[in-house]
Amino acid sequence: MPDKIKIATTSLAGCFGCHMSLLDIDEKFIDLVELVEFDRSPLTDIKKISDCDIGLVEGAVANSENVEVLRDFRKHCKTLIAVGACALNGGIPAMRNHFTLQECLEESYVDGMGLDNPGIPDDAELPMILNRVYPVQQVVKVDYVLPGCPPPAEMIWNVLSALLEGREPVINARDIHYD
Amino acid sequence: MPAFKIDDQEVEFIPGQSVMQAALAADIYIPHLCFHEDFKAHGSCRICLVMQNGRYLSACTIPAVEGMDIINIRDDVQEQRKQLLELLFIEGNHVCPSCEKSGSCSLQSVAEFCGLLSPSLPFMYPNRSVDASHADFLLDFNRCILCELCVRASRDVDGKSVFGISGRGSNAHLVVNSADGKLVSSSFEKTDRAASICPVGVILPKHRGFKVPIGKREFDVTAINERRENDAG
Ligand code: SF4
Ligand code: SF4
Repeated sequence: MPDKIKIATTSLAGCFGCHMSLLDIDEKFIDLVELVEFDRSPLTDIKKISDCDIGLVEGAVANSENVEVLRDFRKHCKTLIAVGACALNGGIPAMRNHFTLQECLEESYVDGMGLDNPGIPDDAELPMILNRVYPVQQVVKVDYVLPGCPPPAEMIWNVLSALLEGREPVINARDIHYD
Repeated sequence: MPAFKIDDQEVEFIPGQSVMQAALAADIYIPHLCFHEDFKAHGSCRICLVMQNGRYLSACTIPAVEGMDIINIRDDVQEQRKQLLELLFIEGNHVCPSCEKSGSCSLQSVAEFCGLLSPSLPFMYPNRSVDASHADFLLDFNRCILCELCVRASRDVDGKSVFGISGRGSNAHLVVNSADGKLVSSSFEKTDRAASICPVGVILPKHRGFKVPIGKREFDVTAINERRENDAG
């Protein structure tokens, strides 16, 4: 039996909604796991990515850990797919781009409501927050983009099944939604 | 009646009609944003570009001429439109999932129709404000595409000139004609034509947010190209 196609998935600055949409392919998920093996993914809890055929990236790039994970995905995945509005244009996380990082941090950790011990966290373990939130394709080369918040399960399935069968995915205009 | 062709289809026209007007009358969809049947063509968004005799022309401003052979829907033409649409997206802040206009927005629907999947240019994330001063209406300048439909409606129909475009090039932006620049201090009223003309999510009525859920809105139900006319509002 040939090796199964390996898929990795991750959520950067996202809400896991795109992952939920992937799960929304319902019983097709059973077909999918017959054909593929999940590598690094919240579904497997594997923390380190190895060489994969397809990488699905949800969410925008907001901190140094996101950059590291994304570059790692690009390095290890033959085909990288940016999934969802945040990956595509920064989405809701990028709404902080109109404020300085200082303002954002103060709003959350200093002036925010109901704070017990106000102060901007500075633990060395914490990833550095980027000055701005970036869309995925502004940091690495992306092979396909699936718009939507989240992209409908059907669209994710259509693209994945096309790639699994070695076909070029076709996204019909009527299936494109940015919301 | 004189006639010309759009994508090999015969289209009759009344002399004086633009290519766009003749197309609309014949139920042929040419993607557009700044054009509106009720107003004089503005020709600024260029989304309605079509190919005639190897050249790109904007369908809303060229008069229909007997024997024209217009190309409307073809990959290379759609590609040009996608690039123009992309610029509109990257020059503003369009967060569709949190926009009240989503699903009934012409920019969104035209881009979906043209197959814009992702931009290739970096986003500008301009710093633009929101004007919530008026009791009934909200202005979210983040989404303005400078189509001047509100400018035309307010000036030509309402006789008020509440809206205008100020600045040049990438500094061009929508302004409100009042002493402090706020909508509440202008003569704007909710019954104005300008109140319901914006094709995107800038001039929005308050107290109605998400009354119609996303997925059940105008263009979710009928795609923009399948409607008989583009009366955004
Ligand atoms: S105005 Fe249209 S394109 Fe812009 S955010 Fe709203 S729905 Fe999206
Ligand atoms: S506010 Fe709306 S109608 Fe007015 S110029 Fe901007 S996009 Fe056009």
